[in-house]
Amino acid sequence: MSVLTTPRSTPSRGSDRKPSARENFSAWANRHRKWLFAAPAMIFVGVLIVFPLAWTLYLSLTDSQGSVRAASEFVGLQNYVTVLSDGERFWPAVARTLSFTGVALTCEVILGMCIALLLWRPFRGERWVRVAILLPLVATPVAVGMMWRLIFDPNIGFVNQVLGLVGIPPQPWLSGQDTALGTTIFMDVWQWTPMVVLILLAGLTSLSEEPDEAARMDGANAVQRFFFVTLPLMMPTVIVAILLRGIDALKTFDILYATKGKGGGSFHEVETLNVYAYGLSFDYNQYGLSSAVLILFFMIIIGTMWLLTMRKKAASK
Amino acid sequence: MKRRSIVKYAAFAAALSLGLTGCGGGSGSSDSKAAGTVRVTLANHVWTEGIKAAIPEFEKSTGLKVELTQLGEDQLSDQYNVKLNAGTDEIDVMMYRPLQEGKAFAKNGYLADLTSKVSQDAGWDWKDYQDGPVKASTVDGKVVGVPIITEREVLYYRKDLLKSAGLAVPKTMDELQAAAKTIAAASPDTAGFVARTGKSAAVTQFSSFLYSFGGDFVDASGKSAVGSDAAKKAYAFYGGLIKSYGPKNVSTDMSWPEAMAIFTQGKAAFYTEADSLYKNATDPAKSKVADNVGFAALPSGPAGSKPYNIPSWGLAVNKASNNQDNAWKFIQWATSKERTLAAQKAGVPGPRASVWADPAGTSTYPKDLAEAISVSAKNGVGHDRPEVVTVGKAREIVGTPIVSTITGADASTAADKASGEFQKFLDSEKK
Repeated sequence: MSVLTTPRSTPSRGSDRKPSARENFSAWANRHRKWLFAAPAMIFVGVLIVFPLAWTLYLSLTDSQGSVRAASEFVGLQNYVTVLSDGERFWPAVARTLSFTGVALTCEVILGMCIALLLWRPFRGERWVRVAILLPLVATPVAVGMMWRLIFDPNIGFVNQVLGLVGIPPQPWLSGQDTALGTTIFMDVWQWTPMVVLILLAGLTSLSEEPDEAARMDGANAVQRFFFVTLPLMMPTVIVAILLRGIDALKTFDILYATKGKGGGSFHEVETLNVYAYGLSFDYNQYGLSSAVLILFFMIIIGTMWLLTMRKKAASK
Repeated sequence: MKRRSIVKYAAFAAALSLGLTGCGGGSGSSDSKAAGTVRVTLANHVWTEGIKAAIPEFEKSTGLKVELTQLGEDQLSDQYNVKLNAGTDEIDVMMYRPLQEGKAFAKNGYLADLTSKVSQDAGWDWKDYQDGPVKASTVDGKVVGVPIITEREVLYYRKDLLKSAGLAVPKTMDELQAAAKTIAAASPDTAGFVARTGKSAAVTQFSSFLYSFGGDFVDASGKSAVGSDAAKKAYAFYGGLIKSYGPKNVSTDMSWPEAMAIFTQGKAAFYTEADSLYKNATDPAKSKVADNVGFAALPSGPAGSKPYNIPSWGLAVNKASNNQDNAWKFIQWATSKERTLAAQKAGVPGPRASVWADPAGTSTYPKDLAEAISVSAKNGVGHDRPEVVTVGKAREIVGTPIVSTITGADASTAADKASGEFQKFLDSEKK
């Protein structure tokens, strides 16, 4: 502790005494304290983010398969060529990842905004409604997936039985090739809209009342006030919500895996990039190819984040 | 003075932690804890439940301590992929699937060679093991595992439905199809036939149909055989049965839990599945039709009744473990004749011939199931999926025509396409 209590200590005037090792260390520590304080965080980032990323990048340039410890050869960009020219699994997975994220995000933001507006003004039983809305958020995605899988089962599922009561024929939901992706999007919306509501509600409550009142005095109706006053003021918050939720939605794995299993179903109907890379690693043990997919995926995420951050800056100006 | 001692302790702690990390990561060193502890990783299975209850016995007689990790099938695979890839010595005994992972694990050097160990103890008796399971646990002439659970495909059926329709238990595939058709037509809420439909999950159960129609995944010269006439007929039959007489709106992702649920909910008349899962159908707590479930050997196809007869799980020793002798002690105990008999009585068909020969070994089984098993054990084929290194990928390829046929595609076209892909896959594995 004495290191910090004697900052910038210098050897006493006129003394020829050599500084002790401890004093030397103390002086060195003081000179580099910004690095010393940041070191734990830097080590953390290095070990848990930079190293795995660099290792993945290295693996993506080799033909590693079977076991990562087995001998592998450097193959340059071969894996990237293979992946990028794969029209059967890779490109459909990219399309599914983007459409899953796009549709889920749009629904979540629109629905989230509507709910946030409803919750904005105080009302009776508000607390209970808020708790109810937040419930899906605290459930584990895998459990959510399993639950919906049972509910949507084509033969013994709850949904088809209820539909049967009102005379609607049973639908394939998760088991249909065309309906599976839509159904998983519905699950994602069910689980994550509350998070968007939370963010938007925080934004709404921090808005000042004056612009809205001024618009009301000028005779603007509720719809006009929302589109021309509230929404523009909310834009930075909306983009934060899109940014946070968007990155998460791009990476969705658990709901898809829990409902459709390896390969995203028998026809790969919900196979996104994440599910595809997982299958390449854990089912096929093709670590080189899988790493190439993950690096490309990483670039897609970074690209999307960059685009959204630019939008946020533009909106904040 | 005080500060100095703190520094001293800190330095000591740091050195100790570095040392321990070194031990944990290395493969040649050993730590004191490992010597008296056997670390065992098992799958969630009826066999595991039985062995778990008996572990105190083992601990008492050997003085060793067992540290048990129990995981679901998929999680188990993923754990092995991660941990064995990293060269962990934290697993001593591992429960694994000889036909799914055996070749890949042996090739990667994850499994210890048990050849000399299995032949040492005449009382434990390696010769007592059935040929199929032994073959599946041997890679390149080396024994790498000890089988613990065997499986054969049998026909589960509903006695009450057959009786009310005035039908006999089908003996041939044609009779099965006709009976499924009759029952499906008689009651619209009940499917005539149900079985696994998931691309990868269905492969193992489809395999018995493939063999019974005279086909196999690979021919005698090692080439893809999923495009053969026999295979095409088998695909068309299995897929067609589910498409025409299966549950309405059938999902193409069903593995055994989903298919079994349909059968045990009373929504299907016939179901082909592994015999080792029979308790799910006969246990009143799990099955609405427990009293009415009958069992029969797999109906004969053009090539006879040829179900698979395989070891679905085995125990192996992690090659990187520093505790291999104790690991072997555990395996020896867990697979002894007494333990195998106890497991078999609890509903887990075992791999030991002597236990099957002992009337006590089948005393708890429904009579018709025991008969079906004894028939299947004679005609059985020793594999239920392609015998390759990357089984996961191979299953997806050869399973595609199954789902295609279920959804109404032409079996022949789908089989030809799959055969081309499978040949490419086989070529790539040979490299």
